[in-house]
Amino acid sequence: MAEIAVIDCGPATTIQDAGRFGLQRFGVGPVGAMDRTALAIANLLVGNATDEAAIEFAGLGGRFRVSEGVARVALVGADAVLSVEGEPVAPWTSVTLRAGETFTVGAPRSGTFAMLAIAGGLDVAPALGSRSLHLRAAIGGLGGRGLRPGDALPLRRGTVDGDDLVLIDPPKPRVGPIRVVLGPQADHFTQAGIDTFLSGAYTVSQQADRMGYRLNGPRIEHANGFNIVSDGIVTGSIQVPGSGEPIVLMADRQTTGGYPKIATIISADLSRFAQLRPGETVRFAAISAAEAIAAAREEAKAIAALRGRLQPAGSIDLTSERLLALTLVGGFVDAHAEFFEEETV
Amino acid sequence: MSISSPVFLPCGDTALTVEFGREVDPHLNALTLALAAAIEDAPPGGLVETVPTYRSLMIQFDPLATDHAAIEEAVRELLPGLEASTKTARRWRVPVVYGGEFGVDLEDVAERHGLSRATLIDRHAAPVYTVAMLGFLPGFCYLAGLDPSIATPRRKDPRAVTPASSIAIGGEQANIASIEAPSGWHLIGRTPVRNFLSTRDPAFLIGAGDEVVFEPVPAERWAKLDAAAAAGEWIAQEIARG
Repeated sequence: MAEIAVIDCGPATTIQDAGRFGLQRFGVGPVGAMDRTALAIANLLVGNATDEAAIEFAGLGGRFRVSEGVARVALVGADAVLSVEGEPVAPWTSVTLRAGETFTVGAPRSGTFAMLAIAGGLDVAPALGSRSLHLRAAIGGLGGRGLRPGDALPLRRGTVDGDDLVLIDPPKPRVGPIRVVLGPQADHFTQAGIDTFLSGAYTVSQQADRMGYRLNGPRIEHANGFNIVSDGIVTGSIQVPGSGEPIVLMADRQTTGGYPKIATIISADLSRFAQLRPGETVRFAAISAAEAIAAAREEAKAIAALRGRLQPAGSIDLTSERLLALTLVGGFVDAHAEFFEEETV
Repeated sequence: MSISSPVFLPCGDTALTVEFGREVDPHLNALTLALAAAIEDAPPGGLVETVPTYRSLMIQFDPLATDHAAIEEAVRELLPGLEASTKTARRWRVPVVYGGEFGVDLEDVAERHGLSRATLIDRHAAPVYTVAMLGFLPGFCYLAGLDPSIATPRRKDPRAVTPASSIAIGGEQANIASIEAPSGWHLIGRTPVRNFLSTRDPAFLIGAGDEVVFEPVPAERWAKLDAAAAAGEWIAQEIARG
């Protein structure tokens, strides 16, 4: 028996895994971690499968206490600092906490979403095949909701084996434009509209949350109006409503939508895109569908290769100038901005 | 089933949309649902899931296991056989309490069409509807087959919240709503049926391609039916087709 008590946390702190697939035909979107790469790496650091459910922090941190048992945790994603009893833990490491110890997740200095993985995973029952919270439908998460102060999080395992781990030579975030595949409705835009989209700089607006990121920037010209008979969407679909400004549909999106989609962010760049904050700018570059498949396979290979770069944490010196920079304020993403398209066909 | 060649549209590196057409059309919907069923019967390697709509089928796949070309090839092999595919759809009888607090727009919609309340209910309850697709929210059914004489353009001011399991008219469409949601549709009734109930197995009852007939029931029966549905009973009854 082991348990973590939630002393305090931001309003959009949720349990998320790699997503709930297989029910989109019933209108259930996949949800899941906004930064899948961070989810995978955090899980690797605590010895879990890469898709194990973890705690996702959205712009704000939290404070916890191990109330029973022993817990090994790792925090990866947005540039937030994990501290144990006030002492910062080095990034890219896991740390073992004993009963009674308090730990905090700081607000990120950059990025938005941080994932806290726990060795052995959380002892919450999967709902319809996943532990990810689907907020709107109250499926998954902690009894169909996010975390709140006062919650107790049971762990599946209350003991730890072996050493805490450190990831040597952690992956450097890719720079450059976010890669997209044009379509599925690129032909609903003029060539000038597509050129605008691919050459313009777009700023993430305040309306950015797990459902979608509304972008501000050069207006994209439609070719044949801006309504289509709804069809399926994926996480990363970029729809352009009548305003001409794009909306990127994210993990909590609906399953179908009635605005034309000019392009789709490739899966290998979704985590990087998700970490953009309101006010930050982004550019897009088109690649072919085949190149996008190759990028997904490269990304999977790169994450698999990280296993070979995990070492016992005690074996290296963990001092880092980064540890001095614990910040307590950070960006805030409005978790309740409404992105719902009431309409569909 | 005549099959015009569909268009294959990439959705990034994780999905391919097979587009049969761009309109709301029963034939396109039938093709879409037949392809969804054929894929379910013989899933190509790397398949994640499919999302049928009025006019297209999105096929989501694992880019580590397959690619657009392989999925397209698998679909092309299935297309000629779609004609012969037997419909495995179920037909459901769904009780509805019309009007009053259960359907606050019933009077208004009847008046708009110059119909009595009873005639509007008759016309709404007469057809055998086809579930064209589910979307918007878990369990939300879009129904094809509304009597065109009671089609009603959506409200100018959508409501921020409408009750769970509302039965409504939105333009030329009918629906079965699931959970509380914003909506601009006209609320004419409510069913005790929970088409989505996460605590029930199965969590979903009525699926795309199924058929629905509505059965008007008096308001006095609501409390009992609703309590039974909340406790996990289906309430929707599967009935013989034909």
